[in-house]
Amino acid sequence: MIQLIDVSKTFNGKDMVVDNLSLEIKQGELVVLVGESGCGKTTTMKMINRLEEASSGTIKINGKDIKETNAIDLRRNIGYVIQQVGLFPHLTVGQNIGVVPRLTKNDPAKIAKRTIELLEMTGLKHEDYLNRYPKELSGGQQQRVGVARALANNPDIVLMDEPFSALDPITRCQLQDELLNLQKELHKTFVFVTHDVDEAIKIGDKIAVIQDGRIMQYDTPETILKKPANQFIQNFVGQDRLWKTPEMLRALDIMDDNYDNMKAIEVKDMVFVQPDTPLSEVLKLHEKHNLSIIPVVEQGVTVGVITEPSILSLLAEIIPGSEGL
Amino acid sequence: MEKYIYYVLNNWDKILFRSSEHVFLAFTAVALACLVGIPIGLLINRNKQLANFVMNGANILQTVPSLAMFALLIPLVGIRDKNAILALFLYGLLPIIKNTYTGIRNVDPAITEAAKGMGMSSFQMLYKVQTPLAVPVIMAGVRIATVTGIGVATIATLIGSGGLGALIYQGISVMNYPMMISGALAAALLALLTDYILGLLERLMTSKGITTK
Ligand SMILES: Nc1ncnc2c1ncn2[C@@H]1O[C@H](COP(=O)(O)OP(=O)(O)O)[C@@H](O)[C@H]1O
Ligand SMILES: [Mg+2]
Repeated sequence: MIQLIDVSKTFNGKDMVVDNLSLEIKQGELVVLVGESGCGKTTTMKMINRLEEASSGTIKINGKDIKETNAIDLRRNIGYVIQQVGLFPHLTVGQNIGVVPRLTKNDPAKIAKRTIELLEMTGLKHEDYLNRYPKELSGGQQQRVGVARALANNPDIVLMDEPFSALDPITRCQLQDELLNLQKELHKTFVFVTHDVDEAIKIGDKIAVIQDGRIMQYDTPETILKKPANQFIQNFVGQDRLWKTPEMLRALDIMDDNYDNMKAIEVKDMVFVQPDTPLSEVLKLHEKHNLSIIPVVEQGVTVGVITEPSILSLLAEIIPGSEGL
Repeated sequence: MEKYIYYVLNNWDKILFRSSEHVFLAFTAVALACLVGIPIGLLINRNKQLANFVMNGANILQTVPSLAMFALLIPLVGIRDKNAILALFLYGLLPIIKNTYTGIRNVDPAITEAAKGMGMSSFQMLYKVQTPLAVPVIMAGVRIATVTGIGVATIATLIGSGGLGALIYQGISVMNYPMMISGALAAALLALLTDYILGLLERLMTSKGITTK
């Protein structure tokens, strides 16, 4: 677990780049720091591996103040991936991955085995890539090696600063998917910085939206989309973003809660759904039972209904140009 | 033309001897300049002010005309080899320090940031990352120092240090053109040959990951 407690950072003694920021990241979570360029995401992240020292406040990892650990030992146990990748061009892929294990004096045979494992884990055939130099790889392949290198010492925590921002959209999407798979498999704690809201929503277990060095909202992507804490967040994520993420829609989001005969609906023998039933299931029920109306029931009380018009009005929200039909 | 060939055939032992003197002067000086200049170039990367100070000093050394340099060193170390080697050493310092310094400084900051973030100490970063990446630039400095050294060494004869300059100046003073020309050509050839050999060495020392071809 990573805890930032009232952490501030200033470079010149007056402008607060990070301003009294508190954040708790649980073991195994993928937390995204998102915000506009210059809002302090990178600085926040770099304080976790002490590439920057906090001006005030405390950062703890598993309950222990990071100032009590030697900065170099701390970094060797935290994976670090950056946008420009930063592979060592004079070393082969295999040597790049083995850098930290060699620094910590692991057995060479073990390092070799681990290197092959990591290459396969990040989707690169070791026969083809082990002995190549970074310049012989595409941008996407380089960043795969960057991720493998960060995982080499089997750290509990991996910091990633806009790791996919320089990649073309297709490669970016692939690497995002693979990162999600890796996290599922490895249960590591990832802190991921991006300025891309779509990316944050796609990969984050939780998202911290940062503005001017302060956290505006820290919650799950779904809550941030559905219940933005303030106008800034609403503008930042964009009002239509929820509708572009249909997998997050639930019965509650599209139901009609002003239905005239709500009380008259007899739930007993009917098919009904819960407020948090995913939209996909609602649609399946609708299809299966050919219902013109599905009540949304919370603890025995009908709180709304889903009707064909409510589904149609959702379509109008999703399809560009048809707003306000 | 025949005169020249005749001269070389009859005097090859003399030419070889003068060449060996020449090589001794230039190589000793450049080797010392590497021994001193490379560590200085690596070290001054830690401090900008120190770097400026050292670079200015080396720049000034470089502007002293060669004959004046030999003359200025006479009160310090007298004449002959000591003087010549010291002068060539001082000339060699600038390109070696400068190239080492810039070679290290120009390593992509993303690479040093990654190295630091992964937990390398600044010393590990220097010898595992920055120096290997700076090899081509450092070697370029060594090559400049060597070629300059071989050129300037031709004047060392004026302070009694021999070398191919002896043939050139003797040739001029007794109007023996074949002697003069063979001395000059030998010095030029020597410079080309050493530069070629240093080029091979550079290629050996440079990772295939950072060569352009
Ligand atoms: N080393 C530094 N010295 C001075 N100012 C810095 C330094 N690093 C970052 N800053 C400033 O801090 C602010 C936040 O930077 P950063 O954390 O990199 O933002 P982000 O990653 O969100 O784009 C910016 O205004 C930037 O100019
Ligand atoms: Mg940044």
